[in-house]
Amino acid sequence: MAESAYLPGLTIQNSHVLDAPRHSALVRITHWITAISFLGLFVSGIAILLAHPRLYWGETGVLGTPSLFDLPLPFVLKLQIRGPGRSLHYLSAWVFVLTGSLYVLSGLFTRHFQKNLVPSRMDLGWKPIMRAVSNHLHLKWPTEEESRSYNVLQRLTYVAVVFLLSPLIIFTGLAMSPAVTSVFPVIVNVFGGQQSARTIHFFVAAALVLFLLVHIAMVCLSGFKNRMRAMITAHGAGREPS
Amino acid sequence: MSSTLSRRKLITTGLAAAAGASGLGVAAVLAQRYGLIPPDHGGIFGVGETLTYASQRLLMSHHSLAREFNRSDISRVAPINGEPPEGETYQRLLVGRFAAWRLTVDGLVVRPSSFTLAELKRFPSRSQITHQACEEGWSFIAEWIGVPLSYVLNLVGVRPQAKYVVFWAFENGEPAKAWWGSLDMPEAWHPQTLLAYGMNGQELPTPHGAPLRLRVPRQLGYKSVKYIYRITVTDTVKNIGKGLGSSTPEAGYSWYAGI
Repeated sequence: MAESAYLPGLTIQNSHVLDAPRHSALVRITHWITAISFLGLFVSGIAILLAHPRLYWGETGVLGTPSLFDLPLPFVLKLQIRGPGRSLHYLSAWVFVLTGSLYVLSGLFTRHFQKNLVPSRMDLGWKPIMRAVSNHLHLKWPTEEESRSYNVLQRLTYVAVVFLLSPLIIFTGLAMSPAVTSVFPVIVNVFGGQQSARTIHFFVAAALVLFLLVHIAMVCLSGFKNRMRAMITAHGAGREPS
Repeated sequence: MSSTLSRRKLITTGLAAAAGASGLGVAAVLAQRYGLIPPDHGGIFGVGETLTYASQRLLMSHHSLAREFNRSDISRVAPINGEPPEGETYQRLLVGRFAAWRLTVDGLVVRPSSFTLAELKRFPSRSQITHQACEEGWSFIAEWIGVPLSYVLNLVGVRPQAKYVVFWAFENGEPAKAWWGSLDMPEAWHPQTLLAYGMNGQELPTPHGAPLRLRVPRQLGYKSVKYIYRITVTDTVKNIGKGLGSSTPEAGYSWYAGI
């Protein structure tokens, strides 16, 4: 659907099949808004974490009681980064949630997920997955034709980010809100307590940062200009002008 | 065909933009009327604060109760942030075991009153074991004993224009640094909002806010103002301090802390 909706004039001028848009406008816009909100969440998350870089399990946890995990970070309490950090965190979280909801709803509506992200049964076998892993490790990039569609590793990763990590980071965040859990206690009880939710929130955030690093590394290795152009103007599939 | 499409697109976009703008306008008016805009709504961060406050107020419109726990869940360590007030008035009251302390209730009330600690203790009490999280990240569970704020508000008779209840705490030295906080009416009338004088079966320990502190279990710890001596019911907080609703936004922390 996305392909047909875009710039009909241009496709006529340049009939090369690869010039069709790689990403729909909605995907491109939500991608960059999410990227900005993620940056805000990351920076402010660190500012908040540094007030008490100790993680606990259960409902409670304070200095003087056993922790689950002592992060090798200093306690930063005097520096005035936490107040603005908290405000930035919630503002970014709103942008992240609203943009993400728009993306997921439209993706369901346009069957973006079924078409582009959910791996096919055929690809979920041991062999195709190992082949994709080997291709990645040998930095063997797909031809432009192949790169029109995501490989099985990309699909699995994006599905995990959109449908597992993002909901988890949102719900562990909400689980720390005494107001939200007064209405829906299940949100915090299911994680085993407010401090458990905080701990899971931290590890899911770490997983998302790891995803981001690999994502950026892959974009750089597989042709930064092309990939960026694809996500900005939708026409990055063509050959690089030399 | 392409030009028809773009004209149609232009009209739809224009209509959508107009509808969106007027929708926002209507939303702002409704939000103001139903008390969905926090005092610290200014600036770019105010957008986030307002979205959070409005959505949580709508979500909690039916006096949802904060989780309560068992006696066995009570934390052995209950940390304290900050020292008791060093001011002369507080220190003198502390020495006299708060016999001379009074809680003044004034503002938009029918019967401005003042209560001794003994009088407050004679009112129907409520005990609740709740979780308290500090914005720093740590948390503990404790039992709090006190008189529901709603009981005192009923006693003095709140006037219908009331929008906020302001809590004044003994200051730390300089009067300019007076600590104050405020709650909106839904939180003030909430059955778990307590004027607490006891903790874990005992008198409220001095560093936990003796003789009287607020307990607001649906918000972060910093909303539970300690060392209270005066309560003012008001229709606006614009004329107090910087007009942001409490001391915390002046220090960079949001007025509403249901997070």
